[in-house]
Amino acid sequence: MTHTNSAAAQFNIQIGDNLTWNVRPLLHEVKHALDNLINTGETAIIDLRSIPLAPGEEDKILNTLGRGEVQSQLNALGPSEIFETEYAGVWIVTHYNEDDEIIGRFIEITTMPAILCSQNEDVIAAYNRLSENLEDNRETNESVVEKLS
Amino acid sequence: MTTDSSTNGPNNKDKTLGDALRSQGVSRRSFLKFCAATASMMALSPAMIPKIAEALEKARKPSVIWLSFQECTGCTESLTRSHAPTIENLIFDSISLDYHHTLQAAAGHGAEAARIAAMEENYGNYLLVVDGSIPLDNPGYSTIAGISNYDMLMEAAKGAAAIIAVGTCATYGGIPHANPNPTGAVSVGDLIKDKPIVNVPGCPPIPVVITGVLTHFLTFGTLPELDHIGRPMAFYGQSIHDRCYRRPFYDKGLFAETFDDEGARKGWCLYKLGCKGPTTYNACATTKWNNGTSFPIESGHPCLGCSEPDFWDGGGFYKSISIPTQDITKTVVYTAAGAVAAGVVIGALNKAKKSKMASSHKKMTIDDLGK
Repeated sequence: MTHTNSAAAQFNIQIGDNLTWNVRPLLHEVKHALDNLINTGETAIIDLRSIPLAPGEEDKILNTLGRGEVQSQLNALGPSEIFETEYAGVWIVTHYNEDDEIIGRFIEITTMPAILCSQNEDVIAAYNRLSENLEDNRETNESVVEKLS
Repeated sequence: MTTDSSTNGPNNKDKTLGDALRSQGVSRRSFLKFCAATASMMALSPAMIPKIAEALEKARKPSVIWLSFQECTGCTESLTRSHAPTIENLIFDSISLDYHHTLQAAAGHGAEAARIAAMEENYGNYLLVVDGSIPLDNPGYSTIAGISNYDMLMEAAKGAAAIIAVGTCATYGGIPHANPNPTGAVSVGDLIKDKPIVNVPGCPPIPVVITGVLTHFLTFGTLPELDHIGRPMAFYGQSIHDRCYRRPFYDKGLFAETFDDEGARKGWCLYKLGCKGPTTYNACATTKWNNGTSFPIESGHPCLGCSEPDFWDGGGFYKSISIPTQDITKTVVYTAAGAVAAGVVIGALNKAKKSKMASSHKKMTIDDLGK
């Protein structure tokens, strides 16, 4: 699935260069966060919705960062697209609702976005579920063995 | 969204949001995604996501009573027509909407009985949401089940933990309050002085701002930080102008003069076409509408200033805010006299306009909109 968000193309909105001047400062913020990650291991998240961007400027940021080696998709309360950019350690996380509309877009500066990791609560629930399934299967198998004997 | 109080047994209400989500098979990862979207929606730092997750996990269903007075139902439409069903539903699954006469299945005596029962059962703890203004000139102008809006508001407000006034009518009187205010419409804040009130103005408000305030209450158990006219700072803390992507054109002095000139085509600033962005505080420029698609200025139309008090009487939607809103000489004479008795003078000014309109009784035309 490829999601694009080009409001400018859809509504024929005229795009000027450097409309808000927010693109370069934001990319510098990413650079500083990356520096921080290297030196202290501290991660950072930038919410793209909190910054005024003109039509087309978000695309400009995404195009500058590009796409790297890792791409993944979640299916949790609607799809989410997570990919590493051309710059290792810089990830784009986009959450969609079930109508494929964007409900959040973040730049994460980290070695692995937290939402990709298995969550402790889910692992515990998975262990319990698997245990119950095996227990059910054992009972079923035993009853089959009893019948055969 | 639960609108039938009969389905909300005490056990259901005692469930935390975390319990409710797990029983619906929602994974922790999905919950974290929900929290990330919620943080973004509430204009909170992404660093708050773990705290939101921890608080929402333990949140319990509050009872919500929603009263609609002199209004057009646009606020409810804004909320229910928003196209983010999963996230919005999760918010609404986590409240118990015990009374909302547009949405609930019950009608007539049954509906009123549900309201009374919810008020008694949750006395002192329920959230009261109000949209629409309250007419004071004649109680008969707007009634529900034969009860005047004023009486219903005062009765419901007594047992409320807090009140959320939704839409410009409930917050500042809105369109019913516009000159000559034929029904004597007032806002919730004009009548209730002893309860915490959050004003969520807008005509209508952005849906996520309504749910954002509810979510803040659910998450932190408190009401959000408010500005000087009772609006949540998270959403109304900055002017449309300061967050507008066309702001650089204003700074350069590049303006659209008409809706079809070169400036309009190039996306220049709409200040001269009457944009109220510089005096309007709202989240439209960043949160945007239709799930982040755009907002009026992005579509080439000036901001009307609908989240500000008396926006309807601002002197014309298409007049620049630098142009005085009424005949200055007349206003000055009244103002000089008003130094002695301001209230009487404002009343006289409004009364004169009211009787002039009543005697001429003209229908408004499209041309009048620009005057």
